[in-house]
Amino acid sequence: MTLTKLLATATLALGLATSAMAQDKTKVGFIYVGPIGDGGWTYEHDKGRLAVEAHFGDKVETVYQESVPEGADAERAITQMALQGADLIFTTSFGYMEPTLAVAGKFGNVKFEHATGFKTAPNLSTYSARFYEGRAVQGHIAGKMTKSNIIGYIASFPIPEVIRGINSAYIHARKVNPDVEFKIIWAYTWFDPAKEADAATALIEQGADVILQHTDSTAPQAAAEKAGNVITFGQASDMAEYAPMPRVSSIIDNWAPYYIARTQAVMDGTWESVQTWDGIGPGMVGIGEISSAVPEDIKAEALALKAALADGSYHPFTGPLKKQDGSDWLAEGEAADDGTLLGMNFYVEGITGDIPN
Amino acid sequence: MEFGSINPVLLLASLMVAATPILLAALGELVVERAGVLNLGVEGMMIIGAICGFAVAVNTGSPVLGFVAAAAGGALLSLLFAILTQFALANQVASGLALTLFGLGLSALLGQGYVGIKPPPIGKLDIPLLGDIPLLGPVLFSHDLMVYFGLTLVVAIWAMLKYSRAGLVLRAVGENHDAAHALGYKVVRIRVLAILFGGACAGLGGAYISLIRVPQWTEGMTAGAGWIALALVVFASWKAGRVLLGAWIFGGVTVLQLNLQAAGIAIPVEYLSMSPYLITILVLVIMSADRSRAPASLGRIFHASQ
Repeated sequence: MTLTKLLATATLALGLATSAMAQDKTKVGFIYVGPIGDGGWTYEHDKGRLAVEAHFGDKVETVYQESVPEGADAERAITQMALQGADLIFTTSFGYMEPTLAVAGKFGNVKFEHATGFKTAPNLSTYSARFYEGRAVQGHIAGKMTKSNIIGYIASFPIPEVIRGINSAYIHARKVNPDVEFKIIWAYTWFDPAKEADAATALIEQGADVILQHTDSTAPQAAAEKAGNVITFGQASDMAEYAPMPRVSSIIDNWAPYYIARTQAVMDGTWESVQTWDGIGPGMVGIGEISSAVPEDIKAEALALKAALADGSYHPFTGPLKKQDGSDWLAEGEAADDGTLLGMNFYVEGITGDIPN
Repeated sequence: MEFGSINPVLLLASLMVAATPILLAALGELVVERAGVLNLGVEGMMIIGAICGFAVAVNTGSPVLGFVAAAAGGALLSLLFAILTQFALANQVASGLALTLFGLGLSALLGQGYVGIKPPPIGKLDIPLLGDIPLLGPVLFSHDLMVYFGLTLVVAIWAMLKYSRAGLVLRAVGENHDAAHALGYKVVRIRVLAILFGGACAGLGGAYISLIRVPQWTEGMTAGAGWIALALVVFASWKAGRVLLGAWIFGGVTVLQLNLQAAGIAIPVEYLSMSPYLITILVLVIMSADRSRAPASLGRIFHASQ
């Protein structure tokens, strides 16, 4: 009798202690599409994770899983993380949209945040950056710098985010150089260094002297460097190790402030489902240092463009603009609304080729 | 057919480069499988070769030493597989998969200090006279040494398996290890040597990606090349010549489809993207309509007492 009582008390005490400890720490999980050492997309998300750890110290515990394929297996990985007791889970690639939605439906008291998607739930937020603002600056520099007037673009998957980037870069390259032509390769991967290098080489062999990439590794930078006289831009991360040539500038994703704010919201109990889409102004998109390979006057123009984007006085998609098929899209002075941008599935006038389905 | 801005000479030259990593890895695996061992750890051995080769080439400044280290690294990792499957008699499929996971993790650890570093450049072997032949010169005679090494290896392995006594013994071990054992051949020793050879070849293939094709170190950079090499061995019916053909088709169509996209040819991109896999499988399956089959003892565990 006493023994049973004793044991029961001990179990209860143990249980209380464990739950007290569990409540002490907020567990934040991250699902990554590539390895944290990719030097690009996933590398920057992981920097955000480390910033959360540094900011909250002992109050948080972070877990992450790398190289999770987009699709059915992602659901297993996210579920596992929720079962491990994560309070907040960031799924950091577009292809995790449906799996995240499915898992969010099963775990009502876990908070989810999906990057670059558009589906939400009471416990599922979305967040993304207005990368197309950075693409505008890239397009400007690319249009000014190209001598062959051929700009190569390594695209990943035909999703609105990638198409926005192509359109934005094209509009601003065309604005400063009416002869410019875009050659686009769809790699159908976010991360495959050998394929990305092959794609860059194919574009260079066909006359491109500027390579823009929407894939995650630094392989195109290495391929451009090997070819010589080709310029590139860092993608997602600064990729400064390839400066001043071939990398002349970059788009830097800065997730740390957002991750810290959202973790804080979970701790305070103030977390709500939101749709965040921030650009250069709030600092979610950064423009890496424009290197010495770019002439001073072009650099000044690019920085002026960046400033106009940051204070909101200029929108990258401002009319008059037509769609690829020649139909009118935006009238003179009209700026595109977020709804159209989020679902963008068409090229603007002048780009050749079709978007894969 | 309008090829637009595609330069066929540059295209064929890129084909040779794109085919070399999977060719080297697949040749190694071919020898392993002909000895009756199924090593699914090719991807792991490739990535270990990629980082070992990269690290040594960067530290010594010598790409040749890098490739030697890559072969040694790949062989060392495969030794683990050899111990598990040949002495501890572990399941080959499970051990191979574990080897891949282990290799990917270990390479990420080893490679931490090497992200963003440039490897020493590797000179192309411009053969005088031959390299100046129009068309053929740039396609065939102006590559780096490893491309020729790969081609030599194809001939060497083909001749070894077909004509030499050592090749005959290796095949006997792979076809029927009990009979080979009864004849007095050291089954385990031969298999361990074959596994080490396979590991070294996979390591070289990996280093070719990190030192020449890309060239840089990035975690997980082989991105499935090892699995393609594995599939290639099966579809090539365990024949060296067909492995070469398969690697060329795969590498060639991969490079071609990227070039076609860049040139804006009006073929839907979805079809272009799947074409390397589809065409390679199709050609090799049609070719294997003859009676070629897998080595009879493939994947079976051998112990002298049984």
